[in-house]
Amino acid sequence: MTATFPARALRALALAIAAGAAGLALADDDENKRLNINHPEYRSECGSCHIAFPPALLGADSWRAMMAGLDKHFGSDASLDAETSAVITKFLVANAARRDSAGSDGRPLLRISDTRWFRKEHRDGHDGITPGIFRSEAVKSAANCAACHRNAAAGDFSERDIRIPKNGARS
Amino acid sequence: MQSHSLRMFLAGAALLASGFASAETPADFLSRYQTEARQSAPGFSASAERGEKFFTATHGGEWSCSTCHTKNPAARGKHASTGKAIEPMAPAANPERLASTRAVEKWFGRNCKDVLGRTCTPAEKADVVAWLMNSPR
Repeated sequence: MTATFPARALRALALAIAAGAAGLALADDDENKRLNINHPEYRSECGSCHIAFPPALLGADSWRAMMAGLDKHFGSDASLDAETSAVITKFLVANAARRDSAGSDGRPLLRISDTRWFRKEHRDGHDGITPGIFRSEAVKSAANCAACHRNAAAGDFSERDIRIPKNGARS
Repeated sequence: MQSHSLRMFLAGAALLASGFASAETPADFLSRYQTEARQSAPGFSASAERGEKFFTATHGGEWSCSTCHTKNPAARGKHASTGKAIEPMAPAANPERLASTRAVEKWFGRNCKDVLGRTCTPAEKADVVAWLMNSPR
């Protein structure tokens, strides 16, 4: 579907870069935010309805809770067979954020956009974000990373690739 | 010697079988679902017209199939909640459609629950497949 990394060496290099970036994933204003999404099954199974979100954006407990409730996944049925589900859970947990992402009730958050880090980085006025942009016709949902992060589908969230749609404020 | 040639034969057979499994065609799905539907309704014959009606209607919920996939199987759709693009459903416009049992059953399984709140019957699947196969590029 999207670009693949055919050469093994290139894949190893990308993994090394991604592993390095994952450690810095939640740091502010990091220029090169390349996050590891390099897992063919994860990308194909969890990158159809939305982009393959980088595992580093949620804690391990959040991913475990997510994978345990795929039959009721944000209003859609996203069920997987047990084997595929286990393989993907392993990848998500291995590449999860080091810190837990729990809500004020202590339960693991399921929406990346509910995390403190996301809300801070995407607050109104920050980096050109206009009020209402997430509900605009051009963006539609905070889950639509690629509306502004043009290379999000490849796990690339670098600041220089951000383009906020001009008509974003209108809905 | 004998066990060696037997092994060769088995390997060849396995290769052949896996080749067949990955080369499913839209017509395979039509005939499979039609056959299943005939077990409870012997006179059943898939109808593209019924398939279109089924695909574009809501079934008690908020969404129809066409909410995300549009009413034109040859067109790109857009996911109703995430906004992500969805490639065309018609095999004539997108050769990846109706090509693998695993994918077809997975998506019927998920999406029928989203649209109808239940699994689709073999007859409904046969009608939809017939309609998608009918669609020009």
